[in-house]
Amino acid sequence: MSGHDPNSPRHLKHYFHDVNQQYETSKFAMWAFILTEVLTFAGLFVAYIVYRSWYPDMFIDAHKLLDVNKGLMNTIVLITSSLTMALAIWAIQKNNRKLSVLMLVATFLFAFVFLGIKYLEYSHKFEVGQLPGEFYSYMGPDAVHLNNPHIFFSIYFIMTGLHGLHVAIGMGLIAWLIYSTYKGNLTSEYYTPMEMIGIFWHLVDLIWIYLFPLFYLIG
Amino acid sequence: MTENTKQNYLNHPKGIMSWLLTLDHKRIGLMYLFSGILFFFLGGLIALVMRFELAAPGNDIISNDVYNNAYTLHGAIMIFLFIIPAIPGALGNILLPLMVGAKDVAFPRLNLASFYIYSFGALFAMYTIINGGVDTGWTFYTPYSTQSTSNVVPMTLGIFIIGFSSILTGLNFIATIHKMRIPGLTWYKLPLFVWALYGTSLVQITATPVLAITMVLLMLERFLGIGIFDPALGGDPVLYQHFFWFYSHPAVYIMILPAFGIISEIIPVHSRKKIWGYKFIAYSTLSIAFIGFLVWGHHMFTSGQSVFSQIVFSFITYFVGIPTGVKIFSWILTMYKGQVSFTPPMMYALSFLFLFTIGGLTGIFLGAVALDIHLHDTYFVVAHFHYVMQGGTIVAFLGGLHHWWPKSFGVMYNQTVANIAALGVFIGFNGTFFPQFLLGLRGMPRRYATYDEQFVELHSYSTFWSGILGISIFIAVMNLFWSFIKKNKVDPGSNPWGGMTLEWTHTSSPPHPHNFEEDPVLQHGPYDYDKVIVEKTYKK
Repeated sequence: MSGHDPNSPRHLKHYFHDVNQQYETSKFAMWAFILTEVLTFAGLFVAYIVYRSWYPDMFIDAHKLLDVNKGLMNTIVLITSSLTMALAIWAIQKNNRKLSVLMLVATFLFAFVFLGIKYLEYSHKFEVGQLPGEFYSYMGPDAVHLNNPHIFFSIYFIMTGLHGLHVAIGMGLIAWLIYSTYKGNLTSEYYTPMEMIGIFWHLVDLIWIYLFPLFYLIG
Repeated sequence: MTENTKQNYLNHPKGIMSWLLTLDHKRIGLMYLFSGILFFFLGGLIALVMRFELAAPGNDIISNDVYNNAYTLHGAIMIFLFIIPAIPGALGNILLPLMVGAKDVAFPRLNLASFYIYSFGALFAMYTIINGGVDTGWTFYTPYSTQSTSNVVPMTLGIFIIGFSSILTGLNFIATIHKMRIPGLTWYKLPLFVWALYGTSLVQITATPVLAITMVLLMLERFLGIGIFDPALGGDPVLYQHFFWFYSHPAVYIMILPAFGIISEIIPVHSRKKIWGYKFIAYSTLSIAFIGFLVWGHHMFTSGQSVFSQIVFSFITYFVGIPTGVKIFSWILTMYKGQVSFTPPMMYALSFLFLFTIGGLTGIFLGAVALDIHLHDTYFVVAHFHYVMQGGTIVAFLGGLHHWWPKSFGVMYNQTVANIAALGVFIGFNGTFFPQFLLGLRGMPRRYATYDEQFVELHSYSTFWSGILGISIFIAVMNLFWSFIKKNKVDPGSNPWGGMTLEWTHTSSPPHPHNFEEDPVLQHGPYDYDKVIVEKTYKK
C-alpha cells in the first residue's frame, strides 16, 4: 500500500490513480493560481482607474515622461519570449531535448534583456527624480504644471515593479527548467512543470500587454 | 495484529521529524488544530482582560493605550490566526481527502508549506505583541495606520504572509475536490462539508490576493509615502477601506461557510434523517460566496459614499439573507421527525442554529442604511459579529471537533462533561453578548476603555457572563484533550454517531496512514438514512 508501485511511471505520485489524473490536477491548480495572480494585479488596476479618473490631465501629461521606445522594445522582447517558451514545450513534446533547452535558454535571455531595459528606465527616473510619493522631485519644464504627478509614478513603479518581480521569479523557474531538461528529468512522457511554468510565463507576458498601453500609450 | 500495534497515522511513522516534515494531510491538520487552539486561547485571554477592564467605568486594570492594543490584537489574532486558518486548516485538512476517498490532498508538499507559511506569519504577529503591540484596530484604517507609531508593519506583514498560506490551502482544496474524488462520487454525492470547503476555497483564492496587495500598499505608504491613501499627497484614504473590505467582507464567508458545512454534517447524522434540500444547501453555499463579493460597501455607510452606492450596497446586502435563510430552514426541516439525540455535537449544532439566526437577523438591521448610521461603530455591531463569528463559527467548530474527535484521534471524551460545557458556552455566550445589543442601541461606542455611568449595569452583566463563557470553553477543550491523556480509546472500527460519509464507513479510527486500507467503493449517498441502516457502534 505504501510507496510507489514499481510498475507505475517514475513521476506518478502514490496518491494519484494515474498519470492523467496527476497532470489534470496540476493544470487545474495552475489555472486557479493564475486567477489569484489576476486578482492581485486587479487591485492595482483599480487604483490606476481611480486615480486616472481623479487626475485625467495629469495622467496624460505624466505618461509623456515615460520612454515609449524602451516600452515598445520590452513589449517585443517579452512577446518573443512567450513564443520561445511555447516552442520549448513543443520541442519537449516531440522529445527534442536539445531544441527545448535551446528555447528555454532563449526565453531566459529575453527575460534578462527585459529586466535590463527596465533597469535603464528605472535608473533614468531615479536620476531625474521621477519617483513615487514623497520622493518625487522632478521639476522639469514639462512637469511643473502637473497636479500630483507623484501619484502617477507611485502607481507606475508599483505595477511595473510587481510585474518585474514576476519576471525575476519566472527567470528562476526557467533556470530550474533548463537544468531539469538538460539532465533529462523532463521528457515527452512527463513535462508538466514546463507546461505549468509556461502558463505562468504567458501570464507575465499578458500583464505587460496591459501595462504597456495603460502607461506608455494612452494619451 | 493486535489493536494496540495497529498502524494509524498517529503512531506511524514515529519521531519528531516525521511530524515536522510530514506530508500527511491528517498530521498537518492536527498541527493546524493545536496552533489554532493556542491562538484561540491567547485571543480569548485578551478578550477577558478587556471585559474585566469594562466591568466598571474608568481605567481600572489597563490604560487606554493598552486597551487599544488589546482590541486590535484580539481581533487580528482571532481572525487571521485562528478563525480563517483553523477550520479549513484543521478540520478541512483532516477530513477533506477522507470524505472524497483520496489518499491525500492534491499537493501534499504545498500543504505542508502552507502550514509553515502560516507559522512564519504568526511569528510576526507574536513579535508585534512582544514589541509593544499595535493600536489601529484589526482593520488598519488609513490615515491613522500610516501615522501610528505602533507596530503596524510587523502585523500587516504577518497578515500578508498568512494570506499566502490561505491562498495555497484554497488552491489545494479546490484541486482536490475537482480531481481527487473516487469514481462514482459525483458532485451531488459529496458531503455538504466538502461543498462548504469548496465555496470557502473559492473565496480564499479570489479575495485574499486583494488583501495581500492592500497590505503591500499600506506598507509602501508607510515606507515610501506613495500617497495612494494619503489626502495630503493627493490620495484617498477611503480607497483603502474599499480595498480592505473587498477582501474582508468575503473573508467573513471564509469564516462562516465551513461552519455551515459542519452543521450540515452534524444535523443529519445526529437526527438520523436524510438532509432536507441537499441541492439547495449546496447551491446556497456557492451563492453566498458569490454575493459576498458584491456587498463590501455596507461596511462604509458612514465613510462618505454617494447615496446611490449606499442604496445599491444595502439592497445587495439583503440578498445574502436568502441563501442563508434557505440553509437555516433546511437544517430545521432535516430535524423534523428525525431521531434527534442530544449528543455533544448536536448540542453545539442546536446552539449554532439559535445564535447564528440572531447574528444573521441583526445583520439585516445593520444592512439598512438609516439604521446603520445610528448603529455604526457601536456595541450593536460588536454583538452582531460575535453572534455570527463566535456564536456561529466557533460554536460550529467546537461541534465539529466533538463530532470528528473519535474519528480523528480514536478516543472518546466524557460526553456528560461535554454536554454541560456546551450548555455553559450557550448560556455564557448569550449572557455576554446579548447585553451588548442593548448597549449599542443606547449609543455605547465600540473601542473605548471606559464609559458613562448609565452603561454600568449592562457592561458588568456582560463581564460576569464572559467569565462563564471563558470557563465553559476551557472545560470543553480540556475535556477533549483529557481523552487523549486518559487514552479512552474507541474501537478502530467504531462509528459512534452512525455517520454515512466515507470517513466513517471506510476507514478506521484513527485512520490508516494512507487513509484507506483498500480503495474505497461508494455504496450510498452521504445522508441516505431513508435507504440504508448504519448502526451506531461504539467501543468493543
